[in-house]
Amino acid sequence: MPGFTTISGVEVEPVYGPEHVADLNPARDLGEPGEFPYTRGIHRDMYRGKLWTMRQFSGFATPEETNRRYHYLLEEGQTGLSVAFDLPTLMGYDADHAMSEGEVGKCGASICSLEDMEILLHGIPLDRVTISMTINSPAAVLWTMYLVVAEKQGVDWTQVSGTLQNDILKEYIAQKEYIFPPRPSMRLVTDTLEFGARHTPRFNPISISGYHIREAGSTAVQELAFTLRDGIEYVEWALERGLAVDDFAPRLSFFFNAHSDFFEEIAKYRAARRLWARLMRDRFGARSERSLKLRFHTQTAGCSLTWQQPYNNIVRTAVQAMAAVSGGTQSLHTNSLDEAYALPGEHAVTIALRTQQVIAYETGITAAPDPFGGSYFLERLTADTEAAALAYIRRIDQMGGMIEAIESGFPQSEIAEASFQYQRAVEAREKIVVGVNGYQSQDQPIEILQIDDRARERQVKKLEALRSRRSQAAVDGALAALGKAARGQANTMPFLLNAVRAYATLGEICNTLRDVFGSYQETSRI
Amino acid sequence: MIKPIRVLVAKPGLDGHDRGAKVIARALRDAGMEVIYTGLRQTPEMIVSAALQEDVQVIGLSILSGAHNAIVPRLMELLREKDMADVRVVVGGIIPDEDRAALKRLGVAEVFQPGASLEGIVEFIRSVA
Repeated sequence: MPGFTTISGVEVEPVYGPEHVADLNPARDLGEPGEFPYTRGIHRDMYRGKLWTMRQFSGFATPEETNRRYHYLLEEGQTGLSVAFDLPTLMGYDADHAMSEGEVGKCGASICSLEDMEILLHGIPLDRVTISMTINSPAAVLWTMYLVVAEKQGVDWTQVSGTLQNDILKEYIAQKEYIFPPRPSMRLVTDTLEFGARHTPRFNPISISGYHIREAGSTAVQELAFTLRDGIEYVEWALERGLAVDDFAPRLSFFFNAHSDFFEEIAKYRAARRLWARLMRDRFGARSERSLKLRFHTQTAGCSLTWQQPYNNIVRTAVQAMAAVSGGTQSLHTNSLDEAYALPGEHAVTIALRTQQVIAYETGITAAPDPFGGSYFLERLTADTEAAALAYIRRIDQMGGMIEAIESGFPQSEIAEASFQYQRAVEAREKIVVGVNGYQSQDQPIEILQIDDRARERQVKKLEALRSRRSQAAVDGALAALGKAARGQANTMPFLLNAVRAYATLGEICNTLRDVFGSYQETSRI
Repeated sequence: MIKPIRVLVAKPGLDGHDRGAKVIARALRDAGMEVIYTGLRQTPEMIVSAALQEDVQVIGLSILSGAHNAIVPRLMELLREKDMADVRVVVGGIIPDEDRAALKRLGVAEVFQPGASLEGIVEFIRSVA
């Protein structure tokens, strides 16, 4: 008999009433939309003023093919771009590296040099289209490629807008695409925060991400707690660097998952805003309103999609997207029905985008901010989520911070335990997943996007041509200067910009940094 | 007393998504098997050498990135070269139907696609080890 717990295993009472919210003070804990502590949203007029940005994460094969998909998505009414890079790019390897075999273009677009970034963004006006880039360990390198393309388009850096994921801590915790050890990685992140505060006032140099933590199997509370504790770590490093909190905190952005447990998710977004506002004000003394407001992107839960009966995934995604919008997200990616199989095909991604458009224009959910605010159930869940997350944050504080917690394997093992408990509940049919452990039926085959195996060949050819065309002396000089800067205390961003301008490849730049910082290998635990 | 089945759970390629590998490793261990987990980013060479050193009967590969057609044939070839063809190879992850058939023709004992039950995987490994 399925129990009445949330998808994260939190007990739910049979009914909620005034007695469940007696400890809450509406003026203190909720406030007005657009007012501290922003529980009800960061804008008074919310989606009346501006809808969320519809931003489908996309990238596959070569930059040429991905550029064509971007133009298609923009023509179909998408309002921002979000770049998916392939695994070699995420790991700082060029397409011709031995480890890249079989991986080029499979999970995203392959970007080996400034030339590829120029192709990827060809015909996309960077002063008008905001770009989000999902890249972490080599984020600073890819960001400099983007900034140089803007320069070449004649767009001033003060005008470019978008988001760099650049959240290395959640890589050690959950997604595991890391290159360097935690401390030099944090130094690179801090370099980008410092550079951003000085040169790119409209760009978010980091997107502190719970998405991957949740996908790795965490509970909603763990997603929230580890993400905000990561945020605290970045703030502390930036303060240590000598930046003033209100100079960089307004550009910190967040990224959360939208799973299927509707109210638990809405509670998570509301608790996130309230907790962050209080932390920033009380722990760090932030004064600027923009430092206190937690802005976030949401992606629906990839891990909730099923291989069985894939058309049901449209419904899951719609419900999850409704939760994200009800929770006041600033931008949204809706997954496509075929994503348990492969990267999405054009038809599937169009349905996913249309799902957002239906929610935006047909449901009326956008008419008033925080439409479920005041529900006894939701307010109790919000308060409990906040309290449980705060308890985790204090525990990590006691360990000495997030890097120490990561080194001791704490968040990793908490997530692995939660993911095992969930799988056990599914196995025992305590939780029903439609089409998987209940209501099974014959699947209808769906069309799957095939990634051309020649993507690697084409990328390798371009690399060879680039290496023979560019000035090797300029590349060597820029890389030597970068290595020297990395060994010292200087901000690495100007040196990365110079290396990128000389068309040093991603692999060459990352190897230079590997020589200085070393590589990281986690201690595997099961 | 029967000697427990020894299984090497491996995560080849560049992908870091280890949720599935960890859940399987724990389920096999809870079922009484001796489980060795390689950790991330293993080449076929590293996996085969670990399998030899650890004297396992079964290798379980978790692959979600689409790189299986590059990784699995190389691994099977290495096992044959090292006279380890009796080690059973099981693959789990995002493997399309047509690739599943091709992998089985290469000698892979079974391919478990998303949604496969832990109980079914445990039973299968018991039956072939």
